[in-house]
Amino acid sequence: MDKNLDRLGVYASRLVSQKEYFVPGHRACQGCAEALALRLVAKALGRNNVVASATGCMEIVSSPLPLTSWNVPWIHVAFENAAAVASGIEAGLKVLMRKGRIPYKRITVMAMAGDGGTSDIGLQALSGAMERGHDFVYVCFDNEAYMNTGIQRSSSTPFGASTTTSPAGTVVPGQTTWKKNMPEIAAAHNIPYVATACSSYPFDLMEKVKKAAEIEGPAYVHILSVCPTGWRLPPQLAIHAGRLAVETGMFPLYEVEHGRYRLTVDLTELRPIEEYLKIQGRFRHLTPEMIELIQQRVQEDYEKLKKKVRMTNEEQA
Amino acid sequence: MATRVGMEVSIAAAEAIKQANVDVVAAYPITPQTHIVEHLSELVNNGELDAEFIPVESEHSAMSVCTGSSAVGARSFTCTASQGLALMSEIVYITASLRLPILMLLANRTLSSPLSIWNDHSDVMSVRDCGWIQVFVENGQEVYDHVFLGYRIAEDHNCLLPFMVNLDGFVLTHVIEPVELLDQEIVDRYLPPYQPLYTLHPDHPVTMGAFATPALYTETKKAQAEALTDAMPTILKGWQEFGELTGRYYHPVEQYQTEDAKIVLVTQGSLGETASIAIDTLREKGEPVGLVKIRLWRPFPFEEFREAVAGAELVVVMDRAISYGGPGGPLASEVRSALYPQAEHPRVVNFIAGIAGRDVAPDDFVQMIRQARERPGEWYEIYGVRE
Amino acid sequence: MAKPENEITWKELNVGCVIDEPGNAASYRTGDWRSQRPVYNKDRCIRCGTCYVFCPDMAIKILADGYIEHDLYYCKGCGICAEECPTEAITMVDEEE
Repeated sequence: MDKNLDRLGVYASRLVSQKEYFVPGHRACQGCAEALALRLVAKALGRNNVVASATGCMEIVSSPLPLTSWNVPWIHVAFENAAAVASGIEAGLKVLMRKGRIPYKRITVMAMAGDGGTSDIGLQALSGAMERGHDFVYVCFDNEAYMNTGIQRSSSTPFGASTTTSPAGTVVPGQTTWKKNMPEIAAAHNIPYVATACSSYPFDLMEKVKKAAEIEGPAYVHILSVCPTGWRLPPQLAIHAGRLAVETGMFPLYEVEHGRYRLTVDLTELRPIEEYLKIQGRFRHLTPEMIELIQQRVQEDYEKLKKKVRMTNEEQA
Repeated sequence: MATRVGMEVSIAAAEAIKQANVDVVAAYPITPQTHIVEHLSELVNNGELDAEFIPVESEHSAMSVCTGSSAVGARSFTCTASQGLALMSEIVYITASLRLPILMLLANRTLSSPLSIWNDHSDVMSVRDCGWIQVFVENGQEVYDHVFLGYRIAEDHNCLLPFMVNLDGFVLTHVIEPVELLDQEIVDRYLPPYQPLYTLHPDHPVTMGAFATPALYTETKKAQAEALTDAMPTILKGWQEFGELTGRYYHPVEQYQTEDAKIVLVTQGSLGETASIAIDTLREKGEPVGLVKIRLWRPFPFEEFREAVAGAELVVVMDRAISYGGPGGPLASEVRSALYPQAEHPRVVNFIAGIAGRDVAPDDFVQMIRQARERPGEWYEIYGVRE
Repeated sequence: MAKPENEITWKELNVGCVIDEPGNAASYRTGDWRSQRPVYNKDRCIRCGTCYVFCPDMAIKILADGYIEHDLYYCKGCGICAEECPTEAITMVDEEE
């Protein structure tokens, strides 16, 4: 099994700060790569961070009254308004510092939500916040379904996946629509920074989150969060699955900085998609035809992305 | 020196927001609140009000933005009406349980459908149990005053609850009235800067909005319920101190000619002023009638109300909203609840009038009282409907 | 240290149910969840810290000398550390009764 010693830059882990802003004792499932992603995001943003969370897995596992896993200020309000609450936090801090009521301090405002709370019910608030140009970081933890309520499909559920509301039945074989491309929707708002990340590439993730916080204006980071429970794979394979998602081109890691696209994991060759699909129970029912369809689509989308990289870098040359 | 100016009530409201040194304004335009929001954005863009004006993309986000900004300690304001209130209602409940002292001006407008931009109380009645402090005001002066009162009461650490001021849409918002503007010095004396109890700040991290299980949830709601009833002394004190500074005293229940009244009319909102003309007319004819105007809706002023109608044999309640499938209107329901524990209580008759801007003239009140007197029993009727 | 949720009285709650003890979830023993536990072979460990970075429950500590220690109070036994270790210095065994 490829352990990616070279990609990790072995020993880089030792340079990561041991301070945790998202503490253990949280109630995430065993092997939850979303909790891992959140841990890394919290590390990247550090102490001076205020978080507005939507309802979802991470909100529930981290805040069972009277306990909290949060070592930074954190507020949960509702499901669809993380971006709006974050807008209020950002505006409030801005005006209080301007009026001298609190001392000036560089504080990152972070909004977090799952794929449901971002691309479905939370899309409006996110779009509004991006259009208004608030200086905040929006992190979407994408586990590709409404996991917290029992693995129901979202617009982020990939084609063919079996969920409890898009079950692999005898007539309809799972999800029949393709994953909504949220990073592109964010990029279409012309915000200064958009990135995709995965907890299997922890340093890439942390660098991107740090960059997102440092850039002024709205920044959007979309993190593929492997969910062993919902995707039906053994917990110990959570990191391995994320790696395969990237290496097969299913979830390319890239960033868009002021409109300029860059692949941060640039693959000359994509692994066959089947390697990724076959380790997950949610794809167990796929026919060879469906797998071929997915393979073609992944290939096409990857080509489109590479074209964008070429086009947006030519213009800059 | 306080200056008395004729101005559109919406403008007066916006001027009050300016004088109250509000930090964040987040609002979405909806008739008939638009002039308030428009004037506020002018004040901000002309540098007269140092605040963040957030032109949100929906009312749900308006209240969500205010939740975020209030949670970091910014004095926050929003206003809406009708459908906007319905859309943000999810968050309205949450701000009360999060105990955030947000001020909202609600330009009362009927709820769809059919669509109507005109005034009644069906919007506010839909959030009756949301946990906010709720008051009704009658005229432009009261709107203006209650911006300062609202923040002062809401932000008191013995209170810490959001505050809703109900003003009749169009009837107040779009009408020019004489308003005495307070000197900034008086406002500053009455309304100190907001000192939050908890804020979201890295120096002292707190978690707000945790979830609770059945084992603990009951306790959280008991705490919230007690907070609202316990807010009464703070509300009364707020009104008292405002009166001492300005000469204008407000009460949970306002009474007009109730001392020896055998028949009492009950109203809420601006129609109270119209009703008082009807009372005068009937009094001239020697009829022992009086008027009780319920200013404080939540927490409901049970004792003050019972005292105000003591001695009455008939109470005629004018509702401006319908509780479909229920006992008529919400105000009458609450009036009956307030009177029920008494060994002897007056007969209660309920009229629902002034629906979605249908005019209610002084003579209509005279007719309502007459009909209530002549027809026995307890009943409710939609006044003036064409059969 | 927070009281158990079924003992808290309504008066003991903070205003707005605010939790003012950051990170107090650290008192919650998620180690009870596991059905298998990690076994660490220090001889094979190259002190790369990979297991530390990939633990979703922050249940691995990097010691001063670079070797690691599992925190069994929190470890849920997911097996990610064993799977990701480049030298197979960690193996998972069934949790004892």
